[in-house]
Amino acid sequence: MADAMKQTGQEASNAAYGPPPVIGPGHTFASVTEKIASIVLRKGTKRGWMVGFGLSFLGMLMMLNTITYLVFKGIGIWGNNTTVGWAFDIINFVWWIGIGHAGTLISAILLLMRQSWRTSINRFAEAMTLFAVACAGLFPALHTGRPWLDYWLFPYPNTMGMWPNFRSPLMWDVFAVSTYATVSALFWFIGLIPDLATLRDRATSKIRKVIYGMLALGWRGSTRHWSRYETAYLLLAGLSTPLVLSVHTIVSFDFSIGIIPGWHATIFPPYFVAGAIYAGFAMVLTLGIPIRKYYGLDDFITNRHLRNMAKVMLATGLIVGYGYAMEAFFAWYSANTYEAYMYKNRTTGPYWYIYWLLILCNIAVPQLLWIKKYRESTVMLFVISMFINVGMWLERFVIIVTSLHRDFLPSAWTMYTPTVFDFTMFFGTIGFFLTLMFLFIRILPMISIYEMRTMVPEAKLKSEAHASPDKPAMPPAGGPQESPA
Amino acid sequence: MNVNKESNIYGLMAEFDNPTAVVVAAKKAHEAGYRKMDAYSPYPIEELSEAIGFHSNRVPLIVLVGGLAGLFAGLGLQIWTSAIEYPLNVGGRPLISWPAFVPVTFEMTVLLAAFGAVLGMILLNGLPRPYHPVFNAPRFELASRTHFFLCIEAEDAKFDLGETRKFLESLGANEVTDVEK
Repeated sequence: MADAMKQTGQEASNAAYGPPPVIGPGHTFASVTEKIASIVLRKGTKRGWMVGFGLSFLGMLMMLNTITYLVFKGIGIWGNNTTVGWAFDIINFVWWIGIGHAGTLISAILLLMRQSWRTSINRFAEAMTLFAVACAGLFPALHTGRPWLDYWLFPYPNTMGMWPNFRSPLMWDVFAVSTYATVSALFWFIGLIPDLATLRDRATSKIRKVIYGMLALGWRGSTRHWSRYETAYLLLAGLSTPLVLSVHTIVSFDFSIGIIPGWHATIFPPYFVAGAIYAGFAMVLTLGIPIRKYYGLDDFITNRHLRNMAKVMLATGLIVGYGYAMEAFFAWYSANTYEAYMYKNRTTGPYWYIYWLLILCNIAVPQLLWIKKYRESTVMLFVISMFINVGMWLERFVIIVTSLHRDFLPSAWTMYTPTVFDFTMFFGTIGFFLTLMFLFIRILPMISIYEMRTMVPEAKLKSEAHASPDKPAMPPAGGPQESPA
Repeated sequence: MNVNKESNIYGLMAEFDNPTAVVVAAKKAHEAGYRKMDAYSPYPIEELSEAIGFHSNRVPLIVLVGGLAGLFAGLGLQIWTSAIEYPLNVGGRPLISWPAFVPVTFEMTVLLAAFGAVLGMILLNGLPRPYHPVFNAPRFELASRTHFFLCIEAEDAKFDLGETRKFLESLGANEVTDVEK
């Protein structure tokens, strides 16, 4: 795997007509190690980081206050009502979990496809996955109304003599999301072990040596260890690939198993998975562009990385557009009154402006990525990725709220208006997410150092290392005794 | 004196500054008949583990066992709770409604297989192990950054402090040092 990666990198830099290299010129083992580790091991903290962390932390406090109030008063503080029983809570859940998917896609699927450009973005994309899943998990856990009883969702022998209903997609969700969170954490930690050893060996203060040393588990870079490590890492990637596809499929089952018009569609699983990757890459760009600028990481996160991510967004965005088109087609082709009404209500009903904003953000604006000039411009990429972040949130609003608010019984028809606590909870989780991201880039290497070492020209083995064992440079009979001193 | 010193030696550590040198050295050491040795590098080098004669590992087997355990545990849990312990008759539909059990079975399979991969790798590697004699080698902290090391251990049948040192020096090592236990 590593070999293939470094060969790709090498070929890329040698071929004049090939794609540009995935690492800036002139880097060595020492320089990549120094550059990435020094961000973590520097003494003192940059002012910009402090300001960003402080603001995010305030957002997190807002979330904690909202949760406290919610636990006291109940979910009546939100705008949900009996017709629109799922609103911001589930919108935000799906939005966050979708964002997480790009991290696994980059770390697992692109690894299996031997895309060497993933190396410099996989670590922080994986961190993004973990933190996004943490934010996502909060919403359904709080939406149960009595979050202190959430452990009832897990199957365990209890005095009530009851078991969960495994035929319910909500149970599948519990298993899918908790498995996803666990496997993502394992994958992330495994990837960190060799870099933690680097930090342990490079740290000068005693306390850092001890903490990084404990986390590194005593990693010493033995080639036997590396061999097992590579096997385990590759197998984890192979396991994560179907896992990530299954998670958003199961999230889409929450809707498509139900009979609500606008939810009950077989297109949902692929369309949700594509939407998740779309949203996730947008978030990687949203975070990656400022981080790269602030820490001067242009040599590692090159324009080629940004361009590739833009292309993935364009492709997945078109799949999402196909999903929207199919929803319209089914509404007409099914000849079902309720489906037809659902589509008419989406496009021209009371929430028409949300639908058309969604089309603007998710379908219209991203078409700018066809133009090379915009794919090359970090400012434009950042702006477009922000549009997609907003668009994907609106998509879930359209799916959830506009489908629910026109029930089968016209007497139940109502409007949904979010309250201030819906917003403090939502923006609070953004603060929580950014707080975790800020802590991560301060205390852990945000780019995989050991994988970057495999990309530098020094890592290419010269031909004598590949010499056939049949023609040894030194006769085996010679042994240590006869070797020249 | 010499015997005492040798009994306190874990092995001889040779330092190299490029990956090709360490792979070539490891190959020659293997050809010379040394078996109890290990190489240390700041990133994975497939050729290096091949060179010291380490060809396969048992991580995939543990992953398979973990995955199968998850598969049967997940399916078994659902069948037992839904059909035996707490049967719910919904309009006379079958109690073992296996298509509805696929998602949880799949997730359990992946979960236990992933634990198999991670714990299998960590435990087979003998980690966590905060102390190891090789850390006593001077400059060994570079093994996690820029340099490559080959250690021939004293337990090897062919190990001889003087001769092995000469042999390692002949391989183009920057420096050869004793590693104390």
